[in-house]
Amino acid sequence: MAEIRVEDLRKVFHDFVAVQGSTFAIENGTFFVMLGPSGCGKTTTLRMIAGLELPTSGRILLDGEEVTFRRAAERDIAFVFQLFALYPHMNVADNIGFPLKCEGVARSEIRRQVVEAARLLRIEHLLKRKVSNLSGGDRQRVALGRAIVRRPKAFLMDEPLGALDAELRRDMSEELRDLHDRIGATTVYVTHDQLEAMSMADRIVVMNHGVVEQIGAPQEIYDLPATMFVADFVGSPPMNFIRFEGRLKPNDISVRLGGANVAIPASREGSSSEALVLGVRPEHVSFSDAAPMRGRVFGAEYLGTTQIVTVDTERGQIKARLPSLNQVRSGETVGLKFKSEALIVFDGATGRAMRSALHEGVRHG
Amino acid sequence: MADVGLKRVAKRFGDVEAVRDLSLDIRAGEFVVLLGPTGAGKTTTLRLVAGLERPDSGTISIDGRDATREPPAARDVAFVFQQYSLYPHLSVFDNLAFPLRAPSRRLPEAETNKRVREIAELLRIGGKLDNRATRLSGGEMQRVAIGRALVRRPAIYLMDEPLSSLDAKLRADLRLELKRIQLDLGATVLYVTHDQIEAMTMASRIGVIREGRLMQVGSPREIYESPNDLYVATRLGSPQINLIPADMVPGAGPRGAKTIGVRTEHLKITKPNGGLVGMVHRVEHLGDQNHVHIEYRGQALVTLADPHRPLAPGEEVGLALVEPLFFDAEGRRVRGLGGVTASHAD
Repeated sequence: MAEIRVEDLRKVFHDFVAVQGSTFAIENGTFFVMLGPSGCGKTTTLRMIAGLELPTSGRILLDGEEVTFRRAAERDIAFVFQLFALYPHMNVADNIGFPLKCEGVARSEIRRQVVEAARLLRIEHLLKRKVSNLSGGDRQRVALGRAIVRRPKAFLMDEPLGALDAELRRDMSEELRDLHDRIGATTVYVTHDQLEAMSMADRIVVMNHGVVEQIGAPQEIYDLPATMFVADFVGSPPMNFIRFEGRLKPNDISVRLGGANVAIPASREGSSSEALVLGVRPEHVSFSDAAPMRGRVFGAEYLGTTQIVTVDTERGQIKARLPSLNQVRSGETVGLKFKSEALIVFDGATGRAMRSALHEGVRHG
Repeated sequence: MADVGLKRVAKRFGDVEAVRDLSLDIRAGEFVVLLGPTGAGKTTTLRLVAGLERPDSGTISIDGRDATREPPAARDVAFVFQQYSLYPHLSVFDNLAFPLRAPSRRLPEAETNKRVREIAELLRIGGKLDNRATRLSGGEMQRVAIGRALVRRPAIYLMDEPLSSLDAKLRADLRLELKRIQLDLGATVLYVTHDQIEAMTMASRIGVIREGRLMQVGSPREIYESPNDLYVATRLGSPQINLIPADMVPGAGPRGAKTIGVRTEHLKITKPNGGLVGMVHRVEHLGDQNHVHIEYRGQALVTLADPHRPLAPGEEVGLALVEPLFFDAEGRRVRGLGGVTASHAD
């Protein structure tokens, strides 16, 4: 069990700044996901927590104890990589027990721990099997068993499901989360897949260009993105951005968009520039003949329960998530209505979300 | 553009029956997607139409003529492969023009020029025509590869997972664009994928293929709402359709029903009042909606809920099945009304 703290952590490779002063705390028992595109610094951060990479500056604390420059082996952390290397000549039990054997643990104790790990992973029936005959999912489970068996303070996982196909990935991510709930050890999980992050995490840190953009519970990150980067990266399709000129004052409850008023949650700050962006999630867009904002349907994508309708407007394409019962024809003209209480206004110059009454609501997580 | 037909086509590689007794008619202007997992026979089917494989039995017709024995070059098809292969030393323009300059079907240069520019505009690479093909991003390279097929006007375009090597965002953009281009050109397309989203969003009709057999052909809506088979029901929909043994739901279903299928949006959470009662196991926040994992008599079920609806693990909830589907022991759909609504959905 471990609480992990990262303080002003920075990593520079030659002239490339991989991580620029990250600070965050991961509470004991949390499933913490580091999310971002490739090159955002998430894996470098994870490797510094593991001790596989030394920071240029900053501190890392494990249960209050500074471990910044301690070797990986002295940190009591298990690292799970994307590509699992199992020993093909050993059976499942020997593969799982290998780390304990290396530490010189007694055979009977290894046996006991291996069975316990296999029970947690629900692969007890495979213990005598050779690993070369296992399915992809089972190989993954065995590799996890090898991490679990040491009972580390924390698990660090670097895109452990990246190599699997979509369906298996989905199943394994559920299994991993269930496993976390059974074991309860702090887990730090790196992924570039926002859906995986949303579905698995207690808390998410979103990173971009080595900078922490936002830390929060999944629903909070989705509902109240701190920046346009987060709003665009989380959600599929991402949040719509409608750029407009205007000035926002504290307590404004609407913005002027192409000659019409659009109601927004009461603003709590004023804008510094005239370049503003209205952020609307696709599920908060609906069609209404009376709406002043018009557009022409570009295409509809059927998804079963819902459909994504893309509409060309003079302010760019807008995507709406609508029930699939509504029949929509390409080329037809529609009016676009937004769910006012969920709108976010961004400062177009900085990309930062302007504070509003929404930010005073109940926090999730 | 032309009609293309496969009639009782079979192809075997050694012990493996790659394609079994497959019949499919593709009408001019249709976008037909073959959906199935790796090894289901989708790519073999495509290669059979292209003439890259010869069927063991059955016939293939293109534009009304029997093309079964025709070599690939005589068939008038354009193939887009999963991995783009461009000529690295040529410009984007010359890559796109290449098929039109082939000796067998050479076009006047003015016509070539016109077509290349048209297609480049459609694919939004009009500004890159003078670039070397290697100086492009992955997404642009794949557009050029698709464009190289689109400059021709073949009887049918055959596409083998052309978007699978792209990242998620680009894939979503190109999906929509490809569909629009197909409509604009009135092109006939046979497209294979294992991605149900691609199939649902682009297809005029989907053919679900499994172990070389075509299980069902229909519009995305037909396949999703009215699968005639248990396997087909599980192929579309994410999260997957809930499957419950029929004997676990008292009084459910017509005779012969062994399995009940309920789409996640048709499993409704109610107050626990005497009907089916389950326990919330976990709530996944996906932003626009929550996936609620529920345990019902040892069965793991998933339903959708509003993201702001409070539901906690361990909570007991009532369950109502709306529009359930019934399947017999062989997985075939059993039709008939079955009221399994334990209580009214709230």
